Amino acid sequence: MSTHTGRAAEPTEKPPPPMGSEALDAPVDSKEMIINLGPSHPATHGTCRIVAHLDGENLRSMRVDIGYLHRGFEKSCESVTWGQCFPYTDRLNYVSATMNNVGFALAVEKLCGLQVPDRAQYLRVVVSEMHRICDHLTMVGAMGLELGAMTAFLYAIEARDHLWDRLTELCGARLTSNYVRVGGVSRDLPDGWVPKTLATLDRTAELRDVIDALLTRNRIFMDRTRGVAAVSREQALDFGYTGPCLRASGEPFDLRKAAPYLVYDRLDFDIPVGASGDNFDRYLMRIEEMKQSDRILRQCFQKMEPGDIGVRDFRYVMPPKPEVYGTIEGLMAHFKLVMEGIQVPAGEAYGYTEAANGELGFYLVSDGSGRPYKLGLRAPGWPMVASMPRVLKDALLADLVPTFDSFNMIGGEVEQ
Amino acid sequence: MSQAVAKALVERFPGVAHDAYVGPGGDDVVFVKKEGIAEVCRFLKEDPALRFNLAPYITAVDYLGQDPRFEVVYNCTSTARGHRVRLRVKVPESDLQVPTVTGVWSGADWFERYCFDMYGIRFPGHPDHRRLFMYDEFVGHPLRKDYPLRGRQPLTPERDVPDLYRGPGPETRD
Amino acid sequence: MASEIDIVPAVATRREEATGFFQGLVSKSLGWARKNSLYQYPFVTACCGMEYMSVASARYDIARFGAEVPRFSPRQADLLLVVGTVNCKQAPVLKRIYEQMAEPKWVIAFGVCASSGGFYDNYATVQGIDRLVPVDVYIPGCPPRPEQVLDGLILLQKKIQAQQHKLIDRLPAQLAAGK
Repeated sequence: MSTHTGRAAEPTEKPPPPMGSEALDAPVDSKEMIINLGPSHPATHGTCRIVAHLDGENLRSMRVDIGYLHRGFEKSCESVTWGQCFPYTDRLNYVSATMNNVGFALAVEKLCGLQVPDRAQYLRVVVSEMHRICDHLTMVGAMGLELGAMTAFLYAIEARDHLWDRLTELCGARLTSNYVRVGGVSRDLPDGWVPKTLATLDRTAELRDVIDALLTRNRIFMDRTRGVAAVSREQALDFGYTGPCLRASGEPFDLRKAAPYLVYDRLDFDIPVGASGDNFDRYLMRIEEMKQSDRILRQCFQKMEPGDIGVRDFRYVMPPKPEVYGTIEGLMAHFKLVMEGIQVPAGEAYGYTEAANGELGFYLVSDGSGRPYKLGLRAPGWPMVASMPRVLKDALLADLVPTFDSFNMIGGEVEQ
Repeated sequence: MSQAVAKALVERFPGVAHDAYVGPGGDDVVFVKKEGIAEVCRFLKEDPALRFNLAPYITAVDYLGQDPRFEVVYNCTSTARGHRVRLRVKVPESDLQVPTVTGVWSGADWFERYCFDMYGIRFPGHPDHRRLFMYDEFVGHPLRKDYPLRGRQPLTPERDVPDLYRGPGPETRD
Repeated sequence: MASEIDIVPAVATRREEATGFFQGLVSKSLGWARKNSLYQYPFVTACCGMEYMSVASARYDIARFGAEVPRFSPRQADLLLVVGTVNCKQAPVLKRIYEQMAEPKWVIAFGVCASSGGFYDNYATVQGIDRLVPVDVYIPGCPPRPEQVLDGLILLQKKIQAQQHKLIDRLPAQLAAGK
C-alpha cells in the first residue's frame, strides 16, 4: 500500500500483496452490510421497507417492515354505515377491486341471511373474474418489468386498459369500481356490452399469449425464476399461504371448488396446481388462472338469464328512483338506508372468498345498528410477506425482487 | 356445518373449551379459555381427524363496556378435511395476555403482532413482539373503542397551510 | 423552483415587466426546455399507482410530453410525483426525499389522498401532502383518469413556462438569510 509513496516500509506494515494469478482469485476480506430497501422503492409494490443483512450478494437475514400505507381501513369502516364501507373495500386490493366488494357483500349477507338473485350472482362473478384477470396481468407485467422485460409490462397494461374500458362502461370507474351492494349489484349491463366484452376477451387472450410466448420459455426468465424461493407444501400451509402461492406449492385448495359461493358450482373450470412452489411456478399459475377465468367468463355470458339485480327488500336494497319519488314507503326506505344504514342483525360472521391473491376474509361483528362494530380483514397477501425472511434465507439479493413480485403483495390489502 | 369439530373440542378439553354454538351462516364457534389456547390449537393441528393445517386468521375485538373487554378470535381452516371452526378467547383488561400459537403455526406471528399493535394484547413467547403498522413513537392502540378516530400523532412537524375546511391556525385543526 | 420561493406579485409592476429582452428570451427558452424534459420521481404508494402505470404506458403516453423517464433517485429527478396516500409513518420519508432533490424542482399531488387526505380522515393519514412539502399542481380524483393526469401535467408545464428562469439561479435574499 504505502510502498508507492517511496518511503521505506515500516516494520509494522503489511507486506505488499503478491501479483501472481492465484492472488487475484484469492477471497477478498469482506464485511457484512446492512442495507435498507426503503419504503419508497420501485420494486416494493406499494410501500414496504426491507432491511437486508448482506454478506456480499447473499442475504443472511432480512426484516420486513410494513405500515407505510396503513390508512386506518378498519377504524374508518367502524364510523360509517355498512353501505358506505364499499369504497373503503375497493381500495384494499386496488388491482382487483370488485373482488373485495364481493367478499364484503357476501360476508354481510351471511350475517343478514340474504339470498341474492341469480342474475346478480352472475354479474358478481363476471366482474370478479374480469378483475382477477387484471390482477394477474399486473403481476405478470410487473414481474417481467422488474426482471428487465419491459415489453411484457406494456402488453399487460394494454390488455388491462381494454378490460378497464369495459368495466368503466359497467361500473363507472376504471379501478375503484364500487359496483356491488349488499343484496345485489348496483346496475345492470348496458346494451351491447356482452359482445364488446367478448371482443375484449379475445384481445386480452391474444396479448396474454404474446406475454406467455415472451416470458415462459425465455432462457433469462427461467434462469432467474426456476428453483428460486421454493416453498414446500407443508411450509406453505404452516405459513398460512392461500391462493395461487399455495396451489403453486402443490396443495389443490381453491375456495371456488372447496366451498363454492355465488354460481361457481354451476360453472366448469379447472384448478391449476403447481409442483415445486418456486417463482416460476407462481408465475405460471397466474397465466393458467387467466385462461381459466376467460373460460368462466364465457360460460357466464352464455348462462346468464334476465332478472333482478338486487333482493326486493327495501330494508337492504335501495328502492328504484320512481318509487322513491312516487311512494311514501320508497321515500322512507331510501331515507333510512342512507341516514342510518342497513340494520344488520347483531352477531358475528366470517365471510371468505377466493380473491386473486388468496383467501380474502372479512370478520364482521355487528351490534344491530347501521354501522359495523368490528370489521376485520384477512388480507391474502399477509402470510406471504410475513414469510419472506424465512423463504429468502441465504438467497441472492437479486432474487429478492422477483420473489417479492411473485408473491404479489398489494400494499392496500396488506397494510389495510 | 356439522358440529363435529366443536363437539370433539368440548369433549377433549372439558373445562377449557365450552359453549359451542352455530353462528349465522352456519359457522361453528367454540369459546376457549385463554390459558389453554395453545394446547387446543396443537390438538387441532395434529389430530388426524381434524388436521387444521392452515395457519388461522387471528383478530381481536374490543367490546367496550363488557367484562372481559377484549376477545381474540381464531378462524381456523383445514384444507385437508375441508372444515372450519372459530375459537373465541375472552381476554380481560386486567390480564391482557394470551399464550402465543406461533409454536403451532408459524404463520400466526403477524396476526398476533396486529392484535398487539391495534389492541394492546400481549402474546408471551412471540418471537418478534413489536408493532406491525404503527410507528414506535405512537402512543396508544388505535383500534380500541376509546381511541379517537382522528387521533393523529404526526411524526414530523407539519407546515402551516391555510385550511379552508377547518379554518386557520394549527390550534383549531385536528 | 418550488412555489415557496415563487413570489408572484398581485400587481405586476414595471420593474417585474422590465426584465430585459435577452433575459426574457433566456427565461422562455429555459422554461421550454425544462417543461419538456421533466424527470419524474414517482413516489408511488397506493391505488393511484395503477393509474400512474397506465399513464406511463403505451396508450395514455406520458412520453409525448417529455416526462417519460422515471428516475428512482431523487438526486436525478426534478418532478416529485406523489402518487397515492401518504400516512404519518411515511411523512418523514417524503420530506427527506423532497429535501434531497436539487432545485429547480416541482411537486405534483397525484390523487385526492395526496391533495387532501381523501376520505381517510383518521389517525393514520396526513391530510394532504401540502402539510409536508409545497405543492405546485393538485390532481384530484380517486384515482384520477389518465386524461386528468395529463391535464394536470400540461397545467404544470404552463406554470413552468410562466416562471422566471435564469441561467445562474441564486436563492432570494430572505431565504438565504433565514435558513
